[in-house]
Amino acid sequence: MKLDAKIPEGPLEQKWTKYKSSVPLVNPANKRNLNIIVVGTGLAGASAAATLAEMGYQVSAFCFQDSPRRAHSIAAQGGINAAKNYQNDGDSVHRLFYDTIKGGDYRSREGNVHRLAEVSTNIIDQCVAQGVPFAREYGGTLSNRSFGGTQVQRTFYAAGQTGQQLLLGAYSALERQVGLGNVKMYARHEMVEVVKIDGKARGIIARNLVSGKLERYFGHAVLLCTGGYGNVFYLSTNAMGSNVTAAWKAHKAGALFGNPCFTQIHPTCIPVSGHYQSKLTLMSESLRNDGRIWVPKKQGDTRHPNDIPEEERDYYLERRYPAFGNLVPRDIASRAAKERCDAGYGVGPSKMAVYLDFKYNMMNKYGRAEATKHGIANPDDETLLRLGKDIIKEKYGNLFDMYKQITAEDPYEVPMRIYPAVHYTMGGLWVDYELQTTVPGLYALGEANFSDHGANRLGASALMQGLADGYFVIPYTIGNYLSKEIHTKPIPTDHEAFEEAEKRANERISGFLKIKGTRTVESYHRELGLIMWDKCGMARNEKGLKEAIEQIRALREDFYKNVRVPGSDSGFNPELDKAGRVADFLELGELMCLDALAREESCGGHFREEFQTEEGEAMRDDDKFLSVFAWENKGNNDYELHREDLNYENIKIQQRSYK
Amino acid sequence: MGNTMNINLKVWRQQNENAQGHFEEHKVQASPDMSFLEMFDVLNEQLIEDGKDPIAFDHDCREGICGMCSMVINGRPHGPKGGVTTCQLHMRSFKDGDTVVVEPWRANAFPVIKDLSVNRSAFDRIISSGGYVSVNTGNAVDANSVLIPKDVADTAFQAATCIGCGACVSACKNASAMLFVGAKVTQLSMLPQGQPERESRVVAMVDQMDAEGFGACTNTGACAAECPKEIPLSVIANLNREYYKAKLNGK
Repeated sequence: MKLDAKIPEGPLEQKWTKYKSSVPLVNPANKRNLNIIVVGTGLAGASAAATLAEMGYQVSAFCFQDSPRRAHSIAAQGGINAAKNYQNDGDSVHRLFYDTIKGGDYRSREGNVHRLAEVSTNIIDQCVAQGVPFAREYGGTLSNRSFGGTQVQRTFYAAGQTGQQLLLGAYSALERQVGLGNVKMYARHEMVEVVKIDGKARGIIARNLVSGKLERYFGHAVLLCTGGYGNVFYLSTNAMGSNVTAAWKAHKAGALFGNPCFTQIHPTCIPVSGHYQSKLTLMSESLRNDGRIWVPKKQGDTRHPNDIPEEERDYYLERRYPAFGNLVPRDIASRAAKERCDAGYGVGPSKMAVYLDFKYNMMNKYGRAEATKHGIANPDDETLLRLGKDIIKEKYGNLFDMYKQITAEDPYEVPMRIYPAVHYTMGGLWVDYELQTTVPGLYALGEANFSDHGANRLGASALMQGLADGYFVIPYTIGNYLSKEIHTKPIPTDHEAFEEAEKRANERISGFLKIKGTRTVESYHRELGLIMWDKCGMARNEKGLKEAIEQIRALREDFYKNVRVPGSDSGFNPELDKAGRVADFLELGELMCLDALAREESCGGHFREEFQTEEGEAMRDDDKFLSVFAWENKGNNDYELHREDLNYENIKIQQRSYK
Repeated sequence: MGNTMNINLKVWRQQNENAQGHFEEHKVQASPDMSFLEMFDVLNEQLIEDGKDPIAFDHDCREGICGMCSMVINGRPHGPKGGVTTCQLHMRSFKDGDTVVVEPWRANAFPVIKDLSVNRSAFDRIISSGGYVSVNTGNAVDANSVLIPKDVADTAFQAATCIGCGACVSACKNASAMLFVGAKVTQLSMLPQGQPERESRVVAMVDQMDAEGFGACTNTGACAAECPKEIPLSVIANLNREYYKAKLNGK
């Protein structure tokens, strides 16, 4: 299979402009006769559904939660990047483009990323127009802060709830279209099959999670905006319901899966505290603006952190990466934390944690400034701390409260204990420049696609990409496909392709109930997560990956013999929903390991222990692996690898350095 | 870590919207560091292993932001602690040997789906009736061309942090949704972007709220007291003000 990314010809800066002005259009009268299915209502899905409906298309939107407003985009904390250069600090579209390519360790497409940087500015305008209450300065202008892997301030934010505010903006736009009758909203519905007719995506089978019934929906095109698959690791910062099912069914229906092993492990999460733990909680990257990361210089030091004197602390990020310090990108910060803990310097009861300490900046950065402002000469430490605490509270209060609620420790008094956790997946369905998968008429947007972040995503770029895809990319690119579909009449859902897809889904779902084994779905998920975390997590090697593949196969076999799913397939049955999702994770996990095994290099979040520099940094192999790995599902857990070579015409590829 | 706690749970069980419900008792061993929902996970795994029907409850993000979790715990929506959702409540807020009563949100406008899960689509319909700014994608001007004073932006933001969980409705004797509606109306009525539809919005949203079967405000403030995001009662005063003003102007 020859993969064509369909990147427009011409200079980088003009590709998108030229594309927009030459892409075929669909006239307003024809739009009213075209149906589009949108699965998922996070930032990508809600923005796409709303915008396409505004344009006149007939949209049906689906989410598995009880309301489109619950999608996990809501939990994004820190911010959204945009190349506005409001701070006059040298930002530009090119710089955002460059930072994103470099941050992704040179494994993403120039054309896509440049487009993302271009539309980033429109996103902020659109959100403000919707009434999204971003943080502002006293003069009334928008406020910005810094995120990892950049040296400018381009991150727009709304306290620690940026994702919530952006999603509620997109949700309100979506609900407006629901009220106008342009979007039909199906909450508590889960997509379980893609329906293909003559090779094109023509609809979906969705399961009504309240009644348990399978329902058929036709669409001239299907958009998957279903998020990432971090929950394959069981413990992650994802919501409990986040899953790969829709994307996986698309994959099995012919859509190639791009770079499945590219996983983002976020460096600052609250550590695991017990075997019952169901999820991990993120502490925003924005905290690294003011928090310093350290471990004791002595191995196995059990002293209270406040009793360890300054000279006996190792601020290892500042030591190893003086140019970026605590604000190195996520993959680098995570690996460095693991290295210290593995070497025996970890802290806390589990010894798998490092300190994130605000005391220094509370006193010296904010406390001192406040003292000067209030005319306090020679303030003592206590005064500095008191003054600085108020500023820290204003900036991060909700995060500090959340930390205290979970750990019962007060981060104003003692340093936070943090450890890396699975957070985001750069991999996803392979899409071309138009966001179309290898199945005509089937698109993937937001985290569900693989496209823009290479091997590591920079902080505050996920919100940007989700909204870029939904508000500003798909409304144009879908025209290229739908302009050729204006003669296609809606296909009745008693068509045999719908019959067959529904039958497949029905057999699979009732199959889970028939096993009547002894083990809970949860226990399989937990076991899979442990295998993935140990062998396909922050560090990977050939031996471990091969073992993992064998273990996953055995676990999957056991699942189909011994799982116990209670209840029936009629009525509300969350355990049955979960069984379907875990069954898909049991297949995806193997593919992730295969991908990690095949990519014999280290890049971004993918760290193969065999390929590292003397200083323990990721060592890429651009001669062999300057390419996207796109996997074709051949059935029966058999996969064929296809490659899309990446061409860098504008950026000079270098060893990524933050030193 | 920590000590094991023995908790006696009395949980509301109801097969579906139309079935008769009842309380069911369970004994659970919990750890103080466990979240309240993790205790339910442990109980459900036990129930499944024993061949019994696990308890259905809504939850998703488990970080207190999605608004999906919804349990009335010992008579209080989201339990005994102020300013947290059920998912952020930890067992250390209870004592060894405690009896804990768990019910679903109680409101006619939120019918029970099963056990502790309820249908809150009425909230979506209220937003759909007017809780937005009518601005199609592509129409926006530069974000800094409209200046908004920091205190106005901060107040609008505070109102906008509502997570739509419905605790306010559940806490209210009248099952009123005034806090929820007031939060959205306040956010948009304060911002310059919300001005063109300011009057039509509040009337449409209140009409929809009434049509959904939510009751009138009791003025007792239980909603604000139980709100996990601490949305202030003043948004209801603002809602009333906005509504009367719109009505006086003939909307």
